[in-house]
Amino acid sequence: MTRASNRPPVVPPEAALPSYLRAGYTLRSWLLTTDHKRIAILYLVSISFFFLIGAIAAALIRLELLTPAGDLLTNDGYNRAFSIHGIIMVWFFLIPSIPNTFGNFLIPLMIGARDLAFPRLNLLSWYIYVVAGLITLYVVLSGGVDTGWTFYTPLSSVYANGAVVAAILAVFISGFSSILTGLNFIVTVHKLRAPGMTWGRLPLFVWSHYATSIIFVLATPVLAITLLLVAAERLFGIGVFDPALGGDPLLFQHLFWFYSHPAVYIMILPALGVISELITSAAHKRIFGYWFVAYASIAIAVIGFFVWGHHMFVSGQSYYASAIFSFLSIAVAVPSAIKVYNWTATLYKGDIELNAPLLYAMGFIGLFVAGGLTGLMLAMLAIDVHVHDTYFVVAHFHYIMVGGTVTAFFGAMHYWWPKITGRLYPEAWARASALVILVGFNVTFFPLFLLGYEGMPRRYHVYPESFQVLQVISSCGALLLAAGYLLPVAYLGWSLFRGAKAPANPWGATGLEWTTSSPPPKHNFIEQPVVERGPYDYPISDPLSRSND
Amino acid sequence: MTEQAAEEPFHDTDRQEQADRLGMLVFLASEIMLFGGIFAATMALRIQHPQDYMKAASHLRLALGTANTAILLTSSLAAALAVEGARSGRSRWAARALAAACLLGTAFLAVKGYEYAGEYREGLMPGTAAAHFSGPLQRLFMDLYFLATGLHAFHVLTGIVLMLTAALNRTALHDRRAVLIGNVALYWHLVDIVWIFLFPTLYLAGVP
Amino acid sequence: MSIAVRRLLLAWIGLIALLALTVGLAFLPLGAAKPAAAYLIATAKAALVLWYFMELRREGGLPRLAAGAGFVWLSVLLVLTAADFLSRN
Repeated sequence: MTRASNRPPVVPPEAALPSYLRAGYTLRSWLLTTDHKRIAILYLVSISFFFLIGAIAAALIRLELLTPAGDLLTNDGYNRAFSIHGIIMVWFFLIPSIPNTFGNFLIPLMIGARDLAFPRLNLLSWYIYVVAGLITLYVVLSGGVDTGWTFYTPLSSVYANGAVVAAILAVFISGFSSILTGLNFIVTVHKLRAPGMTWGRLPLFVWSHYATSIIFVLATPVLAITLLLVAAERLFGIGVFDPALGGDPLLFQHLFWFYSHPAVYIMILPALGVISELITSAAHKRIFGYWFVAYASIAIAVIGFFVWGHHMFVSGQSYYASAIFSFLSIAVAVPSAIKVYNWTATLYKGDIELNAPLLYAMGFIGLFVAGGLTGLMLAMLAIDVHVHDTYFVVAHFHYIMVGGTVTAFFGAMHYWWPKITGRLYPEAWARASALVILVGFNVTFFPLFLLGYEGMPRRYHVYPESFQVLQVISSCGALLLAAGYLLPVAYLGWSLFRGAKAPANPWGATGLEWTTSSPPPKHNFIEQPVVERGPYDYPISDPLSRSND
Repeated sequence: MTEQAAEEPFHDTDRQEQADRLGMLVFLASEIMLFGGIFAATMALRIQHPQDYMKAASHLRLALGTANTAILLTSSLAAALAVEGARSGRSRWAARALAAACLLGTAFLAVKGYEYAGEYREGLMPGTAAAHFSGPLQRLFMDLYFLATGLHAFHVLTGIVLMLTAALNRTALHDRRAVLIGNVALYWHLVDIVWIFLFPTLYLAGVP
Repeated sequence: MSIAVRRLLLAWIGLIALLALTVGLAFLPLGAAKPAAAYLIATAKAALVLWYFMELRREGGLPRLAAGAGFVWLSVLLVLTAADFLSRN
């Protein structure tokens, strides 16, 4: 992490202005802050807390699955464990994970702005998240729900026990936090770019967050109204989704997946943006095909809205609709594949520094490809009928969400740690943890592909003995994965107090965020930056790559 | 004309004004999607049970629905005139137009309340003791009707409060860019547009 | 009366005329075309409100895009959902 900066530093002298961390020490200065960097830290603390709770639920699930008999949890207890795991991990960790922490922290820095367009709205969005989180905690403490994270009707609206309405309310409220964040990002990217920061000079991280924001704003309200209708059915017997009352349960699935499939792209698009930054910085090379990668983000966000029906192939949806959705689902793989090709082409003949962020990024590429290709299999009508609602699906989306998003989250954490905290972390430990996470992840989740293909259905905790070997391997892997996730907590925590002071640009990277001090002052830049170059203005440029300047 | 300084993080008021307006438009896009779920539910019901849907809708009072549409369209005109008034420096005009829009909005709610009362007396309001329906489909239609118009009425109420706030805000009335009044009016127009689509979905669908 | 005010009044007259038209059409024997006509007129009314009252006529591409996005996405939701319901049996 000692490569010298390639460009003449525009870095202000240290201590010229106090850093955002030293702008106030009281609790009040944090809880009433409108500084996007402090709000990002608030989010980081709160999503880490929810990640822990979701992980505890996952640990219960993996412990239970060590034996074929249901001996640790009751049937109902197991249902509640995986429901809590899903609800918390999806809405209280994955959705806000990268956008609300790194997006919040970095977008203004990357485009040369002093803050997001609506700083108070940004703080409000965190408070909305906290209120939703507290209600979720109440749901957990009151015994949870057994609906699964999908809240399918009529289970959720008629038969389910537990605090279903409270759980629905929590997700409903958290949606408004997403909408406000998306709105804020969209307006910020349009109206607060520094002079000279044209669209062709935007870092790809910003492009992918812009695409994510489109989904935040346009998909989330549909989830809100759908959950409201479920609650109305449960509380007042309004039977929009109940066939006995004239409704249609498939309508719920249409509305739910109209949100929840794009929501998968809310989880993965910011991760794709992170990887573009990590790869170019480690290869010291201009991104291969800037515009393709940029527009691929927009394409994923838009096409992602046309594919939801592939969750409903075996539900009684019409065959014609299924065929249309199958075709459209295959189409959405194209922009994702473009990104993978362009990352590898960027690494090709680069001046590669095999640092910890790059290890995470390469792990991401491998896991994302595995998760994406199995997703293609699931988009095929005939294969889906065979593996629908089996561990194959569980393995597929964990490769995308955990192998993809969480790995990228850790990669981002290492790459921007010096900028956020002003400290350097121990590189050897970081590389070791990247490897442990990669191995632990695959040991945990690869067996699930095999189990699913052999017919192990999801959401069962009693299973035939022939499945036990693979289940035990998976549970052992989960232990390794947990160790891999805890390791960075230890050494990053250590570096907060004992780590060497970080220079403004420890990676020799070209983004605007590296031109200000580490950590940045309250309003990011001492003088308004003026942009004259593209985002990846590294010495090695690829002759094949179209100039993006 | 009062020129305010730009607020953080903006450098100039032009940018800030554009950002505020864009923010409102993006918010309205998400509002449209919020009503989208209800439109999808009515569409599904109408496709699957066209006859029952029409029969159920025929119990609504088309005359009152039409009157309310006219009232809301006119209040939108008043809101647009308020923006025009503020821009041309006639702040009293702007305040009066906003007040007129609020009054028309209140009239809309009054008519709606009168309609609700009538439906309650006819036993068409679900969840009440007097409720009696010809079948589950009529009940489901009325459920959706109350959900849709209730959610819309909530937005009408919000819009009235926002316009009142703007009408009482001296700075906003004298702002020749009409930033606040303009954005409040945008919100009001969207409430109008939602109703424009609820009208054929609920009322016109009942004409045999 | 300024041109701007006159323009708004004309838009309002257009809206009320369309309202009268859509109510009138509802009583004609149009059969299956009836809902289509009703929604077409509703779309025209919404367009008038967007163009004149919401002043998209004076806006650049970006605000028009932002204002239109919700309608486009809503139609995606409705069209693909209808694709299932209309072809189920």
